[in-house]
Amino acid sequence: MLHIEGWKRVVIWATCALGLLFALPNGFYGQVESYNDAKEAGQEATGWPAFLPSGLVNLGLDLRGGAHLLGEVKLEEVYTTRLEGFWPEVRNALRDERATIGAIRQQEGGPGELVVRIGNPEQMDRAIDLVQALARPVASLTGGMTDDIVVTAVGNTLVVTLSEAEKLATDNRTMEQSLEIIRRRVDEAGTREPTIQRQGNDRILIQVPGLGSAQELKDLIGVPALLTFQTVVGMSSNPNGAAGVGNEILPAADNPELYYILERTPVVTGEELTDAQPSFDPNGRPAVNFRFNTSGARKFGQYTTDHVGDPFAIVLDDEVISAPVIEQPIPGGSGIITGNFDVAESTRLATLLRAGSLPASLEFLEERTVGPELGQDSIDAGKIACLVGFAAVLIFMFLSYGTFGIFANIALLINVGLMFGLLSMIGATLTLPGIAGIVLTIGMAVDANVLVFERIREELKTAKGPARAIELGYEKALSAIVDANITTFLTAAILFIMGAGPVKGFAVTLGLGIITSVFTAIFVTRAMVVIWFERRKPKILEV
Amino acid sequence: MRLRLVKEQTAFDFFEKWKFWLGLSAVLVVLSIASTVTQGLNFGIDFKGGTTIRAESSTPIDVAAYRQAIEPLALGDVSIAEVFDPSFRDDQHVVQIRIQAQDGQEAVTSEVVEQLETILRMIAPDIRFPSVESVGPKVSGELIKSAVLAVVIAIAVVLIYIWLRFEWQFALGAVGALVHDVILTIGIFSALQIKFDLAIIAALLTIVGYSLNDTVVVFDRVRENLRRYKQKELSDVLNLSINETLSRTVMTSATTLLALISLFVLGGDVIRGFVFAMIWGVVVGTYSSVFVASSTLLRLGVTRDWSKPNNTDGNQFANIDA
Repeated sequence: MLHIEGWKRVVIWATCALGLLFALPNGFYGQVESYNDAKEAGQEATGWPAFLPSGLVNLGLDLRGGAHLLGEVKLEEVYTTRLEGFWPEVRNALRDERATIGAIRQQEGGPGELVVRIGNPEQMDRAIDLVQALARPVASLTGGMTDDIVVTAVGNTLVVTLSEAEKLATDNRTMEQSLEIIRRRVDEAGTREPTIQRQGNDRILIQVPGLGSAQELKDLIGVPALLTFQTVVGMSSNPNGAAGVGNEILPAADNPELYYILERTPVVTGEELTDAQPSFDPNGRPAVNFRFNTSGARKFGQYTTDHVGDPFAIVLDDEVISAPVIEQPIPGGSGIITGNFDVAESTRLATLLRAGSLPASLEFLEERTVGPELGQDSIDAGKIACLVGFAAVLIFMFLSYGTFGIFANIALLINVGLMFGLLSMIGATLTLPGIAGIVLTIGMAVDANVLVFERIREELKTAKGPARAIELGYEKALSAIVDANITTFLTAAILFIMGAGPVKGFAVTLGLGIITSVFTAIFVTRAMVVIWFERRKPKILEV
Repeated sequence: MRLRLVKEQTAFDFFEKWKFWLGLSAVLVVLSIASTVTQGLNFGIDFKGGTTIRAESSTPIDVAAYRQAIEPLALGDVSIAEVFDPSFRDDQHVVQIRIQAQDGQEAVTSEVVEQLETILRMIAPDIRFPSVESVGPKVSGELIKSAVLAVVIAIAVVLIYIWLRFEWQFALGAVGALVHDVILTIGIFSALQIKFDLAIIAALLTIVGYSLNDTVVVFDRVRENLRRYKQKELSDVLNLSINETLSRTVMTSATTLLALISLFVLGGDVIRGFVFAMIWGVVVGTYSSVFVASSTLLRLGVTRDWSKPNNTDGNQFANIDA
């Protein structure tokens, strides 16, 4: 007999209700958006009840307008810089054995190579040993340890290159630094939800909604990060107070109420930093170790000797990151920054310090700008098209299947609601092709219902009574529904994996649409049919 | 009274003229390939590299004047086309300008775009640029590779799935229909020189999914009827199955087309090409699941080994119903 167990009914309707609840915020887009923004900014959020879900379907760049850049980081540049910095060490090591090796001289090499001519080529093996001894261990690709450099002999020259493991480590470091710098720069512009992602080995995708043009975004990223160490004159809570001649007032990064009065001329700048690493101070608190180059070290040593007990400010892009007190002279050119940070912050700070400016140049492979008005036009057109298409399908289904058509139509409405609910729940991004995906789903979603209804019609001719016909209709249509939808779902999955940008958005709506339409056809319409049948108990069924 | 697109009982003989239908398909496939080879496709910048600029002005657009103004920049192949759409306001004149990828430049130069914008501002002072898109040749090369790969993988996955669920003859029939649909779609894009970009690949894969949907529904019924009518000729079983599912096939195509046509007419010019591909795909896909997939199946024949009762005509996966 036609029957659906009570608990199943509860689950079916609860699922629908939950899905629709999650879809609800999208009906009040502007309102919920400003509510979410306020919450994010830590302000009192009003305009939307706090007990309701507030997830929204994100609008893609083609709908909201904004700038999109795909950049390629020139990773090899860093190899060359690394090896350049390695030259003094190599020179010193070889010079000590000048007697056997002969005169040495650096030569012009290819990118990522350090080339040294050896005066006494017979002693090449000795030279290679000397340089190889300078190598530092690095975790290899297979998990063991290996040297960070490879030294080979080419004729009477010695060629130093980075090992594969070291290149990989360097690449990762370079990418992380680049991402960090770009993220920081874009955040500065204060736009909503920028996307900054690493893509593949050496690419960075940057999408910033609401930005006027890709050029603006390029300018934003192109500015080098400026790190300075400055003398602290005093502190203040007034950003507009008098700073005094040669001074400036800058805000503290971690305290919006606090401002520092600093001498404008920096003691040392970040350009003279050679390294910065996260570490711990003697008390076990997270800190950042840094090292200056020779001239930086001299200036820094002199200054710290003269100013023991005074605070000095570490300033990044016109914000005081911290202002520690100099506890003792720091002559060796290396120092430690302690502050009120945890491990994550110290790691970030170290990255930023290393990342004074982009470690390698960025080449832009793809750039797109979509104006907000074009996006709005697309949304408006898409909305109208959805509504018209929807209405047409609803009318058509009613005309074709009568009462059952109404059931299918209610299911279709629930279906679209569920789609939006799912999209909001997973925080998916809706793109223009995504809207097309929704419209397509509206058209195709009724397919499962049509399959069932047609089958019921057929079964009515042979089966014993309407109840049996409905039951058989669902039963026999199931394998066709499953096969047909799994194959479509597979293509959606492939689209999602292989596709880029807007196409991915299309794949997401298509895939979710298949899930929700199968659910609504198999469970929701069926539940409605069963309830209707129990109430009416029709002797003759017209489908 | 119910709306019936298809009579309650139909008994069309779909294979009476199978030679004609398969022949027609073959001719269309050949024409499509010929057009694609000789005319080529009107690749968008996603696949060819270059820059497109969408410009909007309240004054009517004089394409010749634009062309003349842009000429001195020596940008190589520049195409300028006015865009029309029913959703535009009366004073909304839109033009799409496409510039080829500049020689020897991987990166996109914004100077060129800026120059162009400045020049156009002299012709139409109120001109605005709602979208500017540039793709370097390196990325476009990769995009085309992954697009082709996506279509090939989709077809391969489908082949395997149908093979597991049905029999290899069914799989070949279904894939034959898919390849037919994909080639015909590419063909019409070549014949009409509609812009072929990344979104069209998405449409192609959707067509693959849709066409398959149709084919699978018919095949599912064929499988069922093969078990039920063990003595019937294969062609009779196929005909019966197609007739039985005909009402559903037409209904689903109709609702899908209703939705797509409303998007085509009202959805704006940006996705019109994409929607056109899908409409074409639905029509061709519906046709092919009957005339190509089933005819192929008929030619290949089906092994009907019913030695054991209730033996399924597939393998161990054929009976999974959920």
